[in-house]
Amino acid sequence: MIRRLLCSAFCLLLISAGSWAQGGGELRFCLRGEPKTFDPLKVDDEPSLSIRYLTGGVLVRIDRKTQELQPELAKTWKLSKDSREITFTLRHGILFSDGTPFSVGDVAYTVERLMDPALHSSTGDAFRSGSGKVATKITGSDQISITFPASVTGLDRLFDQVAMVSAHSPHKESAVLGPFMVAEYKPGSSVLLRRNPNYWKKDTQGRQLPYLDSIHLDIQPNRDIEMLRFTRGELDIINAIDTEYFDRLASTNSKVVHDAGVSLDSEQLWFNQVNTAPIPAYKRAWFQSTNFRRAVSLAINRGDLARVVFNGHARPAVGPVSPANKFWFNAKLTSDPNDPAAALQRLQKDGFHLQNGNLLDKDGNPVEFSIVTNAGSKARERMAVLMQEDLQKIGMKVNVVPLDFPSLIERISQKFNYEAAILGFANVDLDPNGQMNIWLSSAENHAWNPLQKSPQTSWEAEIDRLMRLQASSGDPRKRKESFDRVQEIVVEQVPFIFLVNKDALSAVSPALENADPVILHPQTFWNAERLTLNSAIRASR
Amino acid sequence: MSSVRRLALAILLAVGGLSLAADWLSPASYRTQFREAPNSPPSRQHLLGTDAMGRDRFSRLLYGTRISLTLAPAAAAVSTVLGILLGGLTGYLGGAWARLGMATTDLFLSLPWLFLLITVRALLPLNVSPLTSVLITFLILGLLGWAASARVLCAASQSLRKSSFVLQARASGLHGVRLFLVHVLPNLKPVLLAQFWISIPVFILSEANLGILGLGVTEPLPSWGSLLRELEGLLSFHQEPWKLAPLILLMIVVTSFQLVLSKEETAA
Repeated sequence: MIRRLLCSAFCLLLISAGSWAQGGGELRFCLRGEPKTFDPLKVDDEPSLSIRYLTGGVLVRIDRKTQELQPELAKTWKLSKDSREITFTLRHGILFSDGTPFSVGDVAYTVERLMDPALHSSTGDAFRSGSGKVATKITGSDQISITFPASVTGLDRLFDQVAMVSAHSPHKESAVLGPFMVAEYKPGSSVLLRRNPNYWKKDTQGRQLPYLDSIHLDIQPNRDIEMLRFTRGELDIINAIDTEYFDRLASTNSKVVHDAGVSLDSEQLWFNQVNTAPIPAYKRAWFQSTNFRRAVSLAINRGDLARVVFNGHARPAVGPVSPANKFWFNAKLTSDPNDPAAALQRLQKDGFHLQNGNLLDKDGNPVEFSIVTNAGSKARERMAVLMQEDLQKIGMKVNVVPLDFPSLIERISQKFNYEAAILGFANVDLDPNGQMNIWLSSAENHAWNPLQKSPQTSWEAEIDRLMRLQASSGDPRKRKESFDRVQEIVVEQVPFIFLVNKDALSAVSPALENADPVILHPQTFWNAERLTLNSAIRASR
Repeated sequence: MSSVRRLALAILLAVGGLSLAADWLSPASYRTQFREAPNSPPSRQHLLGTDAMGRDRFSRLLYGTRISLTLAPAAAAVSTVLGILLGGLTGYLGGAWARLGMATTDLFLSLPWLFLLITVRALLPLNVSPLTSVLITFLILGLLGWAASARVLCAASQSLRKSSFVLQARASGLHGVRLFLVHVLPNLKPVLLAQFWISIPVFILSEANLGILGLGVTEPLPSWGSLLRELEGLLSFHQEPWKLAPLILLMIVVTSFQLVLSKEETAA
C-alpha cells in the first residue's frame, strides 16, 4: 500500500514537473511589415511598436482595458502642478533580461538618450514642449525627478511609450525589462521572442510571468495569407481584421472572432479648400462654403455606411473623437442625421437650386465633383459608391476615382489636384495632443487646406487658439473644455465629414487562454504576459 | 466550319445577345442599391443574389458582359490597326523602316505593362463620367496593346514583300501605297483576323486585371473586371458558388474566342 502511494506521488511529481517545464507554449501571429528597429527609443513603425510593447519595460502603463494609468517599474509617481516635473519611485530588486540590475541611473540614462536631438526619436518628440535641457535628479536610491523646460501635457501618460534601457549592460538595448526578449531575427521572415527569465512580475498565485515560452512573429504583409494561415491553425491571433474576413470567420466559428466595440479609428470625407489648387474657382467656392459641406454631411446616410459597408461593425461617426476615447469624447455632440430635405434647405441658402433633378449653383453650374480614394480599399470604395447614390438624391453628381496610393498622396498633399477625398485616421493616442498635426492650420496634415501661413478662416483661428491653449495647460478639466469646443467647431464647420468609427475586430484561436481583446493597440496581446495556449495545442506543436 | 467552331460561335452570339438584351432581361438597374439586402444569396428576385452594396448581381453581370464584349473588340480593332501601321507597313517598306518599326515594337514589349497602365490611368482627369472612364480604359488598352500584333504583321509583310506576285506587280509598275493596299494587305487578312480575335480575350483579361486592382471601369458601371473583384479573398468555393458566375462566363467566352479561330488562322 505504502509502495503504491509512493509510486502515485512520484508520478504526480513527474507530471507537475513536466507541466511547469512545458510552460505556456509558443504564440504565433503576424507582423504586417518589417520592424525598422529593435531600439525601443527609435520606434516609429507599427511592427517595431508591437515588439517594443512585448519586450520593453515601462515605468507606468496605460491599462488597455480601463484606459487608466497603472504602476509598472515605478510603484508610485508624482506630477507637479505645472506638469513640468515628474518624480518616480521605483520597485526594488528588478533585473534586466541579462541579469543587470535596474536602477534610477537607468531611468536617467534612458531619459537623456530619449531627449538627445541626435537620436531623432518620435517618442522623444512628444516630450518636447520648450527650448532647454531636460534635467534628471536622483533624489534617493529608488527615486528620480525629471524636470522639463516647459509644461508637458499628459506627461505621466507619455511614459507609457518609454521602454527603459540599461546604462551599464554590455548587451545595450537588447537587455530588456519586459516579459519577452528578442531571441532571433530573420530579416524578411520572422522574429522570435523568448520569455524573459528575469521578468519581475508574478501572478496572484505566485507563478512567474509570462506564461508563454515564446512568441513567433511572422513578417507577412499579405492579409489573405494571414487569414488562410489562421484558418489552418498555423496562427493564433489576427490583431486587426477586416469586416469581410471577420464575418467569414464568424460564419464558420463564431468563437474565434471578437468585436471589442467601437475603436478610435475613423473614416472621413473632405473637400479641397486650398486656394492655389488647380480646380475651377466656382468649385472652390462650393467647397469653402459651410452650407455646402453641411448639406453633403446631411445627405449622407451614415447608418447605411456602418450597416452595409461594415456589416454593422462600425458606428456613425460624430466628430473628430471616437466615443471609444472615454475621457476626451464630447458627449454633447450627435452625428448629423440623414436628412436630404434639410440638406437642400442648406444649399438654397447659397443659391443652389434643383433643375430636372440636377443641382445647379447660383451661376447655373451643375454640381459635379470627384471623390478620390486609395484603390484596393474595398471599404472606402464602397462607402464612396453608397455616398454617390445618397448625393444623387439631392441632385449632386459624384464620380468615384480609386487611385494607386502614391498617386493619391501626391494629389492630396503636394499638387492638391483633387476635389474630394476619403481616407481614415488610425488613432493610437488618446490625448488630443496627438492630433495637433491635424488641427493646427499651419500643420502638414491639416488635410483640407494644409500649411497655412495664417488661418484662412475665423473658425480655424479659433481651433488654433484652443488647441494651443489645451496643449499649454496642466489642468485636465481646462484642457477638456478647450478640446470639447474644438470638437463642436469641427462638427459645425465640417472641414472633415466624419463618416464612421470602425469597431476593433480581431480573431483569436480558441486554444489561446486568457485572451481579452480590447480597442487600444495592441488589441489582442495587450496582456501577453498572461496569455497561454491550452495543453492540446502545446502538445501538437 | 467544324462543329466546335460552330458551338463557340453560337456561345459568343448567345452571350452577346443576352448582354444586349440586358435592358429587358435584368430585374433591376445595375446601380440600384437594395440596401436592406446586401450580400444576399440567390432568390427569385435576385437570381445570382446581391453584391456587398445590395445590387442585383445578375443585372450587373448582364450589363458588365455588354461593356466588356462591346469594348474589348473595339480595343482589339484599335490595336490591330496600329499593328498594321507600325508592323505591317514598316515590314513592307523594309530596310531602315522595318528596323525602326521593330525597335519601337521591342520598346513597347519591354515596358512594364501593369505599371504603365496604372500610371496612365492616374494621369487622366478625375472628373469623368463612368461611361467616359470605360471608353478611356479600353482606348488605353488598345493604344498600348499593339506591339505583339505589329511584330507578327511585320514578319508576315516582310515575307510577302519578297514573294513572286509582289515582285511581278512591282515589275508591272505598281509601287508604294497602292501596291500595299492592292496586293499585300489582302494577303495579310488571315493574320490580321487571327490577331484581332486573339487580342479580344487579352483585352478582356487586361481590363479584369485592372478591375481587380480597382483601377478599371469606375463605379457604378459594371465590367467583368469589377465583378471579378468579388472573388478577392474568397476562401471556399462551396459556400457561395454563385459568386463564381462572372469567372465561369469569362472562361467560357475567352475559350470560345480561341475556338472560333480556324486552324489556318491559328497557325497564322
